[in-house]
Order: sequence, then C-alpha cells, then structure tokens
Amino acid sequence: MTLILFFEQILNGIQFGTMLFLMSAGLTLIFGVMGLINLAHGSFYMIGAFSAALIAALTDSFWLALLASLAGAAIAGVLIEIIIIRHLYRRNHLDQVLATFALILLLSEGVRWCFGAFPLYLNIPDILNGTVPIFDNIIYSKYRLFIIFMGFLIALGLYILITKTRLGIRIRAGQNDRQMISALGVDISKLYTIVFAIGASLAGLSGAMIGAIQSVEVGMGEPILILAFVVIVIGGIGSIKGALVGSILVGVTDTIGRIFLPELLKVFMEPSNATSVGSSIGSMLIYILMALILIIKPSGLFGKS
Amino acid sequence: MRKFTTTLGALLVMATSSTFADGHKVKVGMITTLSGGGSGLGIDVRDGFMLAVKGNKNISVITKDDQRKPDIAVQLADKMIQSDKVDVLTGIIWSNLAMAVVPATVNQGKFYLSPNAGPSKLAGKGCHKNYFNVAWQNDNLHEAAGGYANSAGFKNSFILAPNYPAGKDALTGYKRFFKGKLAGEIYTKLGQKDYAAEIAQIRASGADSVFFFLPGGMGIGFMKQFSQSGIKLPVVGPAFSFDQGILKAVGEAALGVKNTSQWSKDIDNAANKKFVGDFKSEYGRLPSLYASQGYDTGKLLISAMSKAKIKEMDKFRDALRKADFSSTRGKFSFDTNHHPIQDIYVREVIKEGKTLTNKIVSVGLKDHSNAYVSDCKM
Repeated sequence: MTLILFFEQILNGIQFGTMLFLMSAGLTLIFGVMGLINLAHGSFYMIGAFSAALIAALTDSFWLALLASLAGAAIAGVLIEIIIIRHLYRRNHLDQVLATFALILLLSEGVRWCFGAFPLYLNIPDILNGTVPIFDNIIYSKYRLFIIFMGFLIALGLYILITKTRLGIRIRAGQNDRQMISALGVDISKLYTIVFAIGASLAGLSGAMIGAIQSVEVGMGEPILILAFVVIVIGGIGSIKGALVGSILVGVTDTIGRIFLPELLKVFMEPSNATSVGSSIGSMLIYILMALILIIKPSGLFGKS
Repeated sequence: MRKFTTTLGALLVMATSSTFADGHKVKVGMITTLSGGGSGLGIDVRDGFMLAVKGNKNISVITKDDQRKPDIAVQLADKMIQSDKVDVLTGIIWSNLAMAVVPATVNQGKFYLSPNAGPSKLAGKGCHKNYFNVAWQNDNLHEAAGGYANSAGFKNSFILAPNYPAGKDALTGYKRFFKGKLAGEIYTKLGQKDYAAEIAQIRASGADSVFFFLPGGMGIGFMKQFSQSGIKLPVVGPAFSFDQGILKAVGEAALGVKNTSQWSKDIDNAANKKFVGDFKSEYGRLPSLYASQGYDTGKLLISAMSKAKIKEMDKFRDALRKADFSSTRGKFSFDTNHHPIQDIYVREVIKEGKTLTNKIVSVGLKDHSNAYVSDCKM
C-alpha cells in the first residue's frame, strides 16, 4: 500500500463526495426552506441523465447534454412542484413520504415507457477522456478531476447565491420564518417553486455527469438517494455547509473503508475471507459514521438543535 | 331442495371440467426482475420464455415482478403456490433471490426450472429432485474464463466480483481453472456503479490481466471507467457484461474483449437460427443470452409435457431429466444434479455495421459439467 495509491484513493473519495454534494444540496435546501421530505429527489437524478442521453444521441455534444440535464430536470421539477408537491407543504411528513414515494414509482415507470428498460448510451467527451499526471507520479482521470472542479464550482455558486443575492436573502428568510416573509409581501409560492427547481436541476446535473461514466438506466437514482439522506443527516438537515462537509466525509469514508479494510484484515485473516468480511464491513462504515455523529451531535454537524 | 340442486349442479360442473382438464395443462408462475436496476435481464428471460411457449394452449403463465428484492420474491412465490396453484415456477435472475425462493418451492412439491441463477448451494448439498437449472451452474462461465486466461498466457490476474452468492461462485470458478497467480481479489458492493477505487488498486497491483464478473449496469460502469483510466491490460469476463442488452450502453470500450458464454447468436444450428430470427421479428431487437435461456426453459417444459402429465410428478421429472428438446445451444443434457452439460464458448466483441455484438472465437470448455455433482445426493 503505497502513499501514491493512498492519495489517489483520497481523490476518489473527494470526487464521490462532490457528486453526493450536488444531490444532497438540493435535498437539504428543499427540506430547509419548505420543510418537505422529498423521496423523489433521486428521480430528478434519473430524469437529468435521460435528458442528457437523449440530447447527446441527437446532437453528439456532451456539453449540450449537460445543459439539457439541467433544463430537463428543472422543467420536470417546476411541473411536479406545481401539480403535486405544492399541496404537500402543509401536510405532515408521513403524507409527504407516501406521496413522494408514489412519485418515484410513477416517474420510473414513465421513463421506462418512454425509453425502454435497457440502459442508454452516454459517454464523456474526447477532451476529458484519458488521464493526467498530478505531481508527476499520480495518474488521475481527467473526467473525475472535472467532476471535482464542477462540484466545488457549484458549491461556490450556491454560497454566493445564498449569501449575496436577493433570492438568497429570501431563501434564508424562508428558512427562518415562513409566515413573516409572506407577510412582508414576498410571493412565497413562487419562491418555493424556484427553490424546488434549483434542487431538481442540481440532481439532474449530477445524474448526467455520473451517468456518463456509469450507466443511464431506470432506477439509477434510488441508491444514491439513500446516501444523500445519510449526508444531510450527518451534516445537519437544512444546512448547505453541512451538506458539503457531510458529502466529503461520506465519500472519503466509503472509498477508504471499502479499499483499506480488506487490506487491514488480511494481516490476521485468510485473504479470501478478509476480502469478503472486509468489504461487508466497508459498506456498513458510513452508517456507523452516521450513528457515531448522531450520538455526539444529535442534530448533525451544522444543524440547529 | 333448491340447495340440493345447486350442489348437484356444482358437482356436475366440477365433474365435467375435470374431464376437460385432462392433466395436460400446466400453470407456470414466472417471478423475474421487470423494474428498476437489472430489469433488462428479467425482460429478456420473460420474452424468450414467452416466445418459446407462444401459441401453446396448454401452458398458462402468470408473470410477476420481484424488483430484485428477496422478500418480494418470497411473497410472490407463496402467493403463486398457495392461491394461484401454479405447477411450475421459473424466472428468477439473481442468486440471492433464488436462494430465498427455490428451497421452499421445491419442498412444497412444485417444480422449479431456473432460467438463470445457478448458485453452488443448489447444485451441491442443497440440490433437489424438483429443481432443474437450464442455464448453467454459476461457476461455469467463469471456469471457462479461467481456462481461456491460461491459453492466452496470463500469469497474474486481478479479479473482482460483487459480494453476493453468484459473485463468490464467480471468483471460485475462475480460480478453479486459472493456473497463474492472483495480483488482487476484490468483492464490491452489489449494485455498485463507481469503480474508481478498484481501478486504482488494479493500476497499482502489477497485474497482467483483469477478470471481472459484474452483471447488468454494474459492468457498464466498470468497462467505461476502465477504458477511460488508460490502463491497457487485457480484460476477460463472462458474457454477462457483454451481452446484447448492454453492449450498446458500454459502447466502443467493449470492442475486442474476450468473454465466455454457453450461447451466442452465431452458434450454427437450426433451433438457434429459428430462435434468433423469431426473436428479432417478434420484439424488434437482437436476443441476449438471457433470452436464449428463457427460450430453452420454455422448450424444455414443452418437451416434458409431451411425454408426461404434470400431476404424475415422477414421470414428469423423468421427462424433464431427458432434456429431449432442440436447444439453441446445440448439444444439451442434464448431469445427475440437474445442471447442464454443455459447451462453453469464448466470444469476442465485434462490430457488425453499426451494431456491437459477439462472435465465437473458440470452444473454451467442451461438454462441461460442474464441480458439485458429487456433493449432490438426491
């Protein structure tokens, strides 16, 4: 186990984390502002990936496909917010969970009707194909560096949006006191639609970026949704800063755990048992991390108690 | 009096209907994955099976979606056996689901014909007289891959598979035939799509070849990321990551990869030609190996039905055991543990016009059975 490999795995963890951030930022924003538990967030990830695959097949351009993923998920987000989600804000969390779970089923089946059950093709552009050397001896995928770059760019963008713009002030005000902000004459339902669309489009973008190196298929959003929930619970529900820290923490823990635990166990176990036991414990590690953090800080790292 | 006549009437109806249903009818319960991740596999098995039994009035099929969840598969099986009264169950894709459903099914006196999953437990100690596997024992294609790796001169392989029964069978199968050393061995999470960490391990390991078993969407992600990583090592694997359903999604990254399969669309026999042609005209796409397995399962069932009635279980079982049908794979028979003896081919991914597909390069293992025959006491 060399230092180079260790560093490369840390980079992989950060890359995984930045992707999780795009998912969990929207999720936590929607929960923070509207108090809505949105299980269908993973569906926007899928819608983004399918919009991208569709446009990539038509135009052969990856960059247009990325734009399409943002637009496709945002449009779907606005429509779904107006038709369904809007009626859920005043309901309790159980109703929200039931309704958004139904949305998952509807959207998955809908996408399957339109595109079929077989995975679609979406690939990365030639300019990002291949590897670059970092500090001479670490060879790292260009595309994964691009993902890290995009993740931090969007984190910065969100930071500026929330702290420096009028919309951001309203979003923060909405988080603090919903009645007061609507009493002050802010069109609260328009604000909610905008926030929901932002969340959906971030999920869509991450679906397209990840779809290009994994696979674009029905149901691709649900596994990552579970991780996104872990992230926002760790980070503190409603906190974007918490989502960023939580994502990186989960990304790095998961990557390091699943690679190094089997290696560690090989010291005192038979190799094939060590790999099997190690990878089993490795996949539990983020949940153990979540439990530990909740014991120490019950409302998450940056949550308001 | 009135009550008496209705009872009499009912008895009469029952008597007549039982003379009409002369025991040649078979009710099939198909539990397979039709939604969510991995649904392409289940849909292919179902379509292949339905193509085989198309127009056969004695077979009725109930199809249900297991969503790749063991608990749902168990519920579906219970319902099919207890309230739908099916005679034969089939359809399960995933070995962890098969392990949850098959033992209970065969112990309740139903037949189970597996069109895909063939976990080692059900081939060895856990074998059962009512369980038939029409596809392969899980280890088979991987054993052929190990054999191929020897003949290609690989000495130091890096191997990986998901952490579930079929994944363990896969690595065991490869190691059983591969004579070289292992540069590394990794179990990944089932359903994992990102392999950055594993690919970094491969790069650092000094391996001369990579063997992987990652069925469905998992393999798409791995192949794309592997080819983007710039690692130039030769890759070998079972057909599951290179079958017709997902080649389109993998794209050019798969070109030239050697993979092992008991079926290929260019196997030269009449049954296979008819199957490939019929499948294309019925569904408008090329069949995959899963579709061929579903099709052979249907044909096997029909062959047994022409010899015996389903209610006479011993006779019906003997008829199944004879495997008297023309398989799309050519030569096909059952070993004593009810798993196939068949040729396993080495295929290469090629381009036919614009379509990525496979062609046979050589026969990897001839008349191959499985390693668990002697463990099975029926």
